[in-house]
Amino acid sequence: MKSLYDLVIIGAGPAGLAAAVAARDFGLSTLVLDEQQIPGGQIYRSIEKALTENTPVLGKDYFHGQKLVERFRQAGADYLPEATIWDLGRDLIVSCLVDNQARQIRARHILIAVGAMERPVPIPGWTLPGVMGAAAADILFKSCDMIPEGPVVLAGSGPLQLLVACRLIDNGVKVAGMVETNGFGDNLKALPHFPGALRVPHYLIKGLSMLWKVRQAGIPAFRNATNLRVEGDESAEALCFDARGKAQKIPAKTILLHEGVVPNLQLTRLLGCEHQWYEPQRYWKPVLDSWGQTSVNGISVAGDAGGVFGAKTAEAAGHLAAIDISSRLQALSAQEKASAAAPLLKERAREMSIRPFLDTVFPPGRQALVPPGNETLVCRCEELTAGQIREAVALGALSPGQVKAQTRAGMGPCQGRMCGLTVAEIIAASRQVPLAEVGHLRVRPPLKPITLGQLAKLEIAE
Amino acid sequence: MLKRLHENSDRKKVTINFEGVQIEVLAGETVAAAVLAAETDYTRTSAISGVHRAPYCQMGICFECLMEIDGVPNRQACMIEVREGMKVNRQHGARGLSDEVSV
Repeated sequence: MKSLYDLVIIGAGPAGLAAAVAARDFGLSTLVLDEQQIPGGQIYRSIEKALTENTPVLGKDYFHGQKLVERFRQAGADYLPEATIWDLGRDLIVSCLVDNQARQIRARHILIAVGAMERPVPIPGWTLPGVMGAAAADILFKSCDMIPEGPVVLAGSGPLQLLVACRLIDNGVKVAGMVETNGFGDNLKALPHFPGALRVPHYLIKGLSMLWKVRQAGIPAFRNATNLRVEGDESAEALCFDARGKAQKIPAKTILLHEGVVPNLQLTRLLGCEHQWYEPQRYWKPVLDSWGQTSVNGISVAGDAGGVFGAKTAEAAGHLAAIDISSRLQALSAQEKASAAAPLLKERAREMSIRPFLDTVFPPGRQALVPPGNETLVCRCEELTAGQIREAVALGALSPGQVKAQTRAGMGPCQGRMCGLTVAEIIAASRQVPLAEVGHLRVRPPLKPITLGQLAKLEIAE
Repeated sequence: MLKRLHENSDRKKVTINFEGVQIEVLAGETVAAAVLAAETDYTRTSAISGVHRAPYCQMGICFECLMEIDGVPNRQACMIEVREGMKVNRQHGARGLSDEVSV
């Protein structure tokens, strides 16, 4: 371990791993910090310890990550797993907590590759035990060889919902319903993007085969579902919703919610990087140049943390960012940079061509964006409802920061990760202004809990 | 709430103490998953109204999995792997201030 690295990479998913391999190729001293125990990120989670029994269900797209992780292990980058980042500054000092020891590491350049998170789905009853994100179920399968107790209902919208449904079916879990909040109208809207999607036909074929699997399994399927709510006393017992013109109810032990994924912005917000609003999926993303450089000097972003494009795009983006950073640190000439980047730029553009189609077929459901009822819990930590947020707006709060000051929304342990987007959407809808005008919660350190004792023993970077 | 797919895989068995009861789990599992696989229906009570809560995201975002692990409250149980002899308790409400500050 050094105290200064040419490049510190935060996150060991496809973007971070590809960047580390490339940076080592160009001779940069490189450190990868990651919160998990082993590399892979969420998409290739626990790939080094996957059980052979699970190989067929995990599928070949998952095992694509194996070679990447192997290359990373051999690349000679320093690697600090189980590292919790609690601060990051424009002075390029990373503050983290590893094995109960708080420490600081300096970098000449930082690459943020922290990926995405599932969009929170605030519907009535979503805080009941038995309700989880769909990705959460997939993480439990990949990392712990576990499946949720059936019957399971999946609700929401997104390609990941379909993938999780298929893995549950393959693992013999009883799926009692596939309730989609998107519908045929979204398919029609996506038609103009279909030619672009044809550039990567294997994704379309995979999608169709997943749809076929769900249909063959005889799972009751609903589209254009509205008015979703989870019923149950101490834990989830059923999902209720309106579809096909009437009220529906599907009893279930586990309810998996999913309305797409959004970039994890804790670090880029903390740094005050410039962000832009992405309307089709209604999320913020950092403004990046084609190499992943942010508006803040010395800070780059690669992978889904810069906009959700999937694992293959993230891998190419990580590689490209490493090329750019190497050239900035004079490890690479302009000519070498251009020739190394050319095939990757092509590859990335091809991989990205499916996204406009996917993002239009699977828009986040309106109910998940702006809970229509006042009783829905929005801030899970401080237990604040949509009604209380609206009340604060009626009393004059104009921004998530002002709502936070009035109500404590975003002040609990998750620090607004779960309610930030929803609070902003409610304010925008109430004030009838574009969301970009409303702004976002300010992110402050420490990003994750750290005790005063740990802080007192901090090894300060010189 | 959760089931292991392959109970008899060759992974090492680990014993942890959950709410005063010894439970056998498998090495490599997260605390959150191991506890939920032991027919547990909730892992904490909420800070304001005291209702039952369980992990939602399993990736360190939602903080619903906060538990008391080896005497330390506010730990993210989905981010920590089980260890032999680990003591795990549900967290009730917001964490309190501890009697001693260990430096």
